Amino acid sequence: MRRAFAPNWPARIGLFVLAAYAVWATSQLGITGERLATGLGEGGRFLARMWPPDFSRWELLLEGLVESMQIAVISTVLGIILSLPLGLMAARNLSPAWLSAPTRGFIAVCRSLHYVIVAILFVKAIGFGALAGVAALTVASLGFVAKLFAEAIEEISMKQVEAVRASGAGPAAVLLYGVLPQVASRFIGFSLYQLDSNLRNSTLVGIVGAGGIGGTLFAAFKRFDYDFVAAILLAIIALIFVAEIVAGRIRAALQ
Amino acid sequence: MSATLHREGIRHTPGQRLGRFLVTLLTVAAVVWAIRTVEIIPEFLSDAPEQMADLLVRMWPPDLGHYYPSVHAALMETLHIATLGTLLGIALAMPFALMAARNICRSVLLNTLAQLVLVSSRSVNSLVWALIFVAVFGPGPAAGVFAIAFRSIGFVGKLMAEALEEAHPGPVEALTATGASWPLRMLKGVWPQVQPSFWGVALFRWDINLRESAVLGLVGAGGIGVVLDDAINFFQWERVATILLAILAVVLLAEILVTRIRARLL
Repeated sequence: MRRAFAPNWPARIGLFVLAAYAVWATSQLGITGERLATGLGEGGRFLARMWPPDFSRWELLLEGLVESMQIAVISTVLGIILSLPLGLMAARNLSPAWLSAPTRGFIAVCRSLHYVIVAILFVKAIGFGALAGVAALTVASLGFVAKLFAEAIEEISMKQVEAVRASGAGPAAVLLYGVLPQVASRFIGFSLYQLDSNLRNSTLVGIVGAGGIGGTLFAAFKRFDYDFVAAILLAIIALIFVAEIVAGRIRAALQ
Repeated sequence: MSATLHREGIRHTPGQRLGRFLVTLLTVAAVVWAIRTVEIIPEFLSDAPEQMADLLVRMWPPDLGHYYPSVHAALMETLHIATLGTLLGIALAMPFALMAARNICRSVLLNTLAQLVLVSSRSVNSLVWALIFVAVFGPGPAAGVFAIAFRSIGFVGKLMAEALEEAHPGPVEALTATGASWPLRMLKGVWPQVQPSFWGVALFRWDINLRESAVLGLVGAGGIGVVLDDAINFFQWERVATILLAILAVVLLAEILVTRIRARLL
């Protein structure tokens, strides 16, 4: 007789293997219950020292936030401008394989390296400050916007492209009147999303010295200035929250 | 009469055109403001290409002899941090997902509370979580695991709550009619419906966590970031190149693996 709820043995074995892995990996990392217990006590003290948030150095805080916003705006614009040609070059329906394959590879590398790693490299190469942050986030924007833009171009209808071509238009006119109108609205959507994500990321690149509020945050952490840390964290969360609402409004208005 | 035949199509209403003009103006103003006021040292900008070229020359060729054993061990630690962090994050996220789903938890107060937890987890970046947990647990992989887990709660919880809300009420009502208890209703009525999205979300988050756990070491939370930070601070650029290649390889492999598994699951 078949049972109403037959036991799912592969799932049970899979779950058991996962549990065994978790135990083994925990011991590999040297995480013990004792350490966690001490940590919880420390966590309580840490939270106590964070309260109340100290906003007395608000000028420093504001300066960092403004620099983060500048980094986000500039890197988004640069990333978008560079993504246009790269996306066109990477689209397999418009570019020959010898051009699209290496471009796709380049975009994949841009996307695979975490922006903080890219930021460290730029800090070492071109020095501390906002310039390194702008460069790092531009690379990150490239990886994201160019990839999605290329995918959007690959999905366009070729009928319009052929119609424009049949009228005797040159390559530039084909792009301008056959390709771009089909992808423009999606491109704006990607750009808006990237601005939002660059704003989040620009609050962090400062941890490795690439400008913005992250530097202030990391310095406060190192000085055990936890009430100032709490103020900075609250400010960052507020900034991201406002940006998310504004981006949502703009997106709704565009549609 | 020919004058009446002449019509010009105008795509947008005056209000729309004004709105578009204002958006363009605002965008241009923001860009101009940012470029004019940002503090960039001109000397740094002018010799940036030269310095970048110098860095790349120092990195080339990557010295793969550095890979074993130290980089390999750190890479394995990163893998463990990402995987354990994902498991812990999912375990912590599920109660909040159940609480946030309005068709499962009928209390508006609990819904809002759960949403608040999920939103705060998502607003704090994993590097900031890592800073916090380094302050709590001290430097080491424990801080990394918790940072990854706490960042994952918001992501997994939000997506799972959405999946739960889309679940069809029929199976649950049928089970209720048989007198099944709450855990049984969840396990046999809801879980089979949300299982595909659960695996999708879990794999997707694991992929993201793998990338993020590679940088946690920069603030002392264990993994390959620690080795990377040391190599950069000692200017061992061939070693830096090896580490970057190792990270790149693992990230690309993980992405291929996740895409394959998702294609088979869904």
